[in-house]
Amino acid sequence: MLNSCKLKIAGLQAWYDSRQVLKGFGMEIRANKITAVIGPSGCGKSTFIRCLNRMHEIVPGARVSGSVLLDEQDIYRANPVEIRRRIGMVFQAPNVFPAMSVFENIAAGLSLNGLRNKQKLREVVEKSLAQVGLLEEIGSFIHLPATGLSSGQLQRVCIARALAVQPEVILMDEPCSALDPIASFHIEELLSELKQQYTIVIVTHNMQQAARISDYTVFLSQGDLIEYGSTPTVFINPRDRRTESYITGRSA
Amino acid sequence: MSRDLFRGMTAVLSLGLVLLVFLMAFVIWQQAEASVQKSGWEFIVSRHWDPVHEEFGALPYIYGTVISTMLAVLFAGPVSIGAAIYLAEFAPRRTKALLAFVVDVLAAIPSIVYGLWGSFVLAPFLRNYIEPWLGKNLGFLPFFQGSPFGLDMLAAGIMLAIMSIPVITAVAREVLETVPDGQREPLIAMGATPWEVVRIGVIPYARNGIVGAFTLGLGKAIGETMAVTMVIGNEPKISASLFSPAHSMTSVIVNEFAQATSVLHLSSLIHIGLLLFGLTLLINVLARLLIYQMSWRVKKRNENT
Repeated sequence: MLNSCKLKIAGLQAWYDSRQVLKGFGMEIRANKITAVIGPSGCGKSTFIRCLNRMHEIVPGARVSGSVLLDEQDIYRANPVEIRRRIGMVFQAPNVFPAMSVFENIAAGLSLNGLRNKQKLREVVEKSLAQVGLLEEIGSFIHLPATGLSSGQLQRVCIARALAVQPEVILMDEPCSALDPIASFHIEELLSELKQQYTIVIVTHNMQQAARISDYTVFLSQGDLIEYGSTPTVFINPRDRRTESYITGRSA
Repeated sequence: MSRDLFRGMTAVLSLGLVLLVFLMAFVIWQQAEASVQKSGWEFIVSRHWDPVHEEFGALPYIYGTVISTMLAVLFAGPVSIGAAIYLAEFAPRRTKALLAFVVDVLAAIPSIVYGLWGSFVLAPFLRNYIEPWLGKNLGFLPFFQGSPFGLDMLAAGIMLAIMSIPVITAVAREVLETVPDGQREPLIAMGATPWEVVRIGVIPYARNGIVGAFTLGLGKAIGETMAVTMVIGNEPKISASLFSPAHSMTSVIVNEFAQATSVLHLSSLIHIGLLLFGLTLLINVLARLLIYQMSWRVKKRNENT
């Protein structure tokens, strides 16, 4: 295949206390593509992507084994802070910091990394806002508290916040599930643009969304990888019966 | 119908509370009137308190209460916030349960027990070790001059701090625990250290609640009577030195109420009660203003960037 591999996962297992959530599987996530992670509730989708930037381990009692290579480098042998900078994340709820303005929200990650120069901060914030299509929409409000925006705009602020630290990979955990269809549509359009520069992994419950936006689809069930392939193949011609019945909504 | 009934009942009950406060204020005012008319403003600016000659100036008591309370918040603040952050954010599950329980127990200990501990353990310890050391090393400051006494302003401040720490810690911890994970996770996902998560994500979100916790602690400290009476030394002096015995509004009431035979003496004590009432009100209003002012400052800072 021509596409280069960005993340290489091998033998990935994850636990919460004694409960095993991921049963051990491997796959390769391709660079500058959108990979959709689908599967029934509780199948381990969220846990899976949280293992890709070491967010799983922050939960007390959580444990991981196996390896995840980011461009050949095992993230579990690297500094987690460094890894999380390179692999950003957007969450289900548009969780902005309510005490901060839009500007400060987006600059939060940069300030963490020691950037204090106002001019530079401003440039990066404006660039990130432009990337998510908000610069013109809310340009004059960027110094007001973020809480006054609509939920779709808030989620785009969150995406801009993740983009501002210039990650290579963006993990998204059901980023549209709290949004109305129009706002979801904006985010979907945005993702198609963002994949030029970033590798995107998105968890979604919405089959149409997965089919519309993703290049590759992985189907998880009960902590196992059932099927992984290019999205048209998985949706039109799935190899596994379980994939087919899930996609068509016949069973979980 | 039943909804209206329920509404009516709750309305009556809450109005009853307001009424109760007004009633208390009215009665206290009425009883204090003799003193208010006799002493006037002199009451809060004069430092001369002489029941035999019927001269009443409450300044030393007001001074004692204000300074000991300020000391208490100064000492208790950092400790409580630190403890609350540890309990809410970092403590392992078991340690947390145990510590939270101990904090609650601390809050439930009767103040007379604190007072006993203060006069038999804290005061001698201060007199023999802490105050001589402070006098020797920081004696150039007016706060640490004079001979160590033990039963003094410093002891009262520490006593009050110890008593308000559990209150501030418990409330601040609960406030911090209500901060949703959505405030922490994006920061962690951007590579924030635990301290940065607390500083940027958690504390700003919980700001108002933390100010509320401080207000409760302050309320506790300002109204505390028994323990303070037992350690403050009960001398109506105004001295910059923390080693000097002092007096407080609550202590003078509890000390003299039973012996107050003249109408004016009794009225003057109630007058102090009235001032205490007002002071508590003032502190609560100030705390409110502080919250508003902080939100306003955030907004202003945002406009400047």
